[in-house]
Amino acid sequence: MPTKNLAGTPVDTNDEGYLVNRSQWNKDVAAALAAEEGITLTDGHWKVLDFIDADFKEKGAVPGMRRMNKVGNIPTKDLYALFPDGPIKKAAKISGYPKPVSCV
Amino acid sequence: MKNLIILGAGTAGTIMASHLRKKLAKSDWTITMVDRATHHDYQPGYLFMPFGIYSADDVRRPMKRTVPHGIDFRETDVDRIDAEANRVLLPDGTALPYDVLIIATGVHPAPDQVEGMVNGDWRKNVHEFYTFEGAQALAGRLKSWQGGKLVVHICEMPIKCPVAPLEFCFLADAWLQKQGLRDKTEIIYVTPMSGAFTKPVASGILGKLLDEKRISVVHDFAIARVDAEKKAIVSWDEKEVSYDLLVTVPPNMGAEMIERSGLGDELNYVPTDKHTLQSKAHPNIFVIGDATDCPTSKAGSVAHFEAEVLTENILHFIAGEPLRSRFDGHANCFIESGHGKAFLLDFNYDQEPVTGTFPLPAVGPMKLLGESRLNHLGKMAFKWIYWNVLLPGLPIPFIGHQMSRLGKNIPPQDLKTAA
Ligand SMILES: Cc1cc2nc3c(=O)[nH]c(=O)nc-3n(C[C@H](O)[C@H](O)[C@H](O)COP(=O)(O)OP(=O)(O)OC[C@H]3O[C@@H](n4cnc5c(N)ncnc54)[C@H](O)[C@@H]3O)c2cc1C
Repeated sequence: MPTKNLAGTPVDTNDEGYLVNRSQWNKDVAAALAAEEGITLTDGHWKVLDFIDADFKEKGAVPGMRRMNKVGNIPTKDLYALFPDGPIKKAAKISGYPKPVSCV
Repeated sequence: MKNLIILGAGTAGTIMASHLRKKLAKSDWTITMVDRATHHDYQPGYLFMPFGIYSADDVRRPMKRTVPHGIDFRETDVDRIDAEANRVLLPDGTALPYDVLIIATGVHPAPDQVEGMVNGDWRKNVHEFYTFEGAQALAGRLKSWQGGKLVVHICEMPIKCPVAPLEFCFLADAWLQKQGLRDKTEIIYVTPMSGAFTKPVASGILGKLLDEKRISVVHDFAIARVDAEKKAIVSWDEKEVSYDLLVTVPPNMGAEMIERSGLGDELNYVPTDKHTLQSKAHPNIFVIGDATDCPTSKAGSVAHFEAEVLTENILHFIAGEPLRSRFDGHANCFIESGHGKAFLLDFNYDQEPVTGTFPLPAVGPMKLLGESRLNHLGKMAFKWIYWNVLLPGLPIPFIGHQMSRLGKNIPPQDLKTAA
């Protein structure tokens, strides 16, 4: 399991770069994870990350696109603008949660 | 007299009615089943209609032939469930009180959820085969097919019978060869997933099969809209795939009635305990079949396995006992691969599909995750089993609601975690 240094904090990740231990996450780690994806975090990004965090704590899963739209009030178009190519996977990674499992 | 109401007389509702009528004394319990449809469809048969393999008569029977005896059947829409007052409201104002409610209203394709999908080209060059009308219209369209770009497409997951779009590709490939049109037709499979199927081992094997059949795959494609003028589907990140004929699977939504009742999630699926099948919000409401949010395939085989568990749990509930029966997510699907052959998948919440034999170790006679003629005969026999064994709630020999690990080639590292 790779360990790396992000924003001065050592964090454990899986092979795809997702944190394996959310307690190692903080806002600076998020910014560093975002930078790896070429993203600079703005208020718009934080609205998404905060929703994922709150929803994960309630439901135990990273919300899907439709849930982001309907419950989080975040349109798909915005998500693609904020997190290009695979917004859910990227936003999940930056928020320190696991890669969303594809539905059956 | 007590009332048990079942909403939806599809696969799951009908099986539950069959089981419960045998278990609950007529002198104590009225069982009412409500459905707006005049017919019961064998939905797996929709897949075969576009290619003329099944006719309308193969897949459709009048409700009065499929509703079990001793059931009070109401042919009507449901307006909503008033869960606080334990009653179901019908559009004409009738209120049906219940002691126990079973929601079995399934899911349906909702093409209006995608911008531009229901346009002037709908049912002309933009088709679906997840409804009776859709499968029939597509059969008509294929009759005049001369070749071009055939795009088979999934809008978003989850969908019922997630392998059906792949099967459509395989059957189209075989059918086009027969018509002498295969070399004039490019088949493209467009999916929002990262591979051919939702589970890794099966995805690898099915991906190879697509390759062999010269079907190209566009993955990670999240549709934003259909551009009817350009005849193209466009993704949120502005990728485009053009088509001459688009065969799509629209988003699969639960009943609007669920939304009106305030009982659903963002797809109108009802939050359900995945082991006991009790709704999370109300102890006397149970959910079965496609209508649940359980993380297993939405399939007739799943409804059948769930029905055994739910019957026991409803009897426990009525007796005031803990809900002891547990569903493990068992699903069993045939994948028709064309030219009279098929694959078979068997899996549950914890075990992804792997290779092996089924239902008996080594003997089979059916092969798991391998192509065979016998699997195909199994798939075709399923229609007879559906009408004559499944709906009446009779047991299928050798196949129980708990998935068996016998005969499965499970990688050693997975066996340890499963034990
Ligand atoms: C093309 C295709 C291929 C498939 N292939 C397979 C396969 O090979 N193997 C397999 O196991 N499964 C397959 N399936 C899936 C299978 O058909 C479904 O999973 C199964 O029918 C689900 O049963 P259900 O009772 O939950 O829902 P349904 O059988 O869909 O029943 C729901 C019922 O509720 C009624 N209803 C809904 N809303 C209301 C309302 N407001 N008022 C009144 N009535 C209402 C509907 O009229 C309907 O009769 C396939 C499905 C399709 C579309």
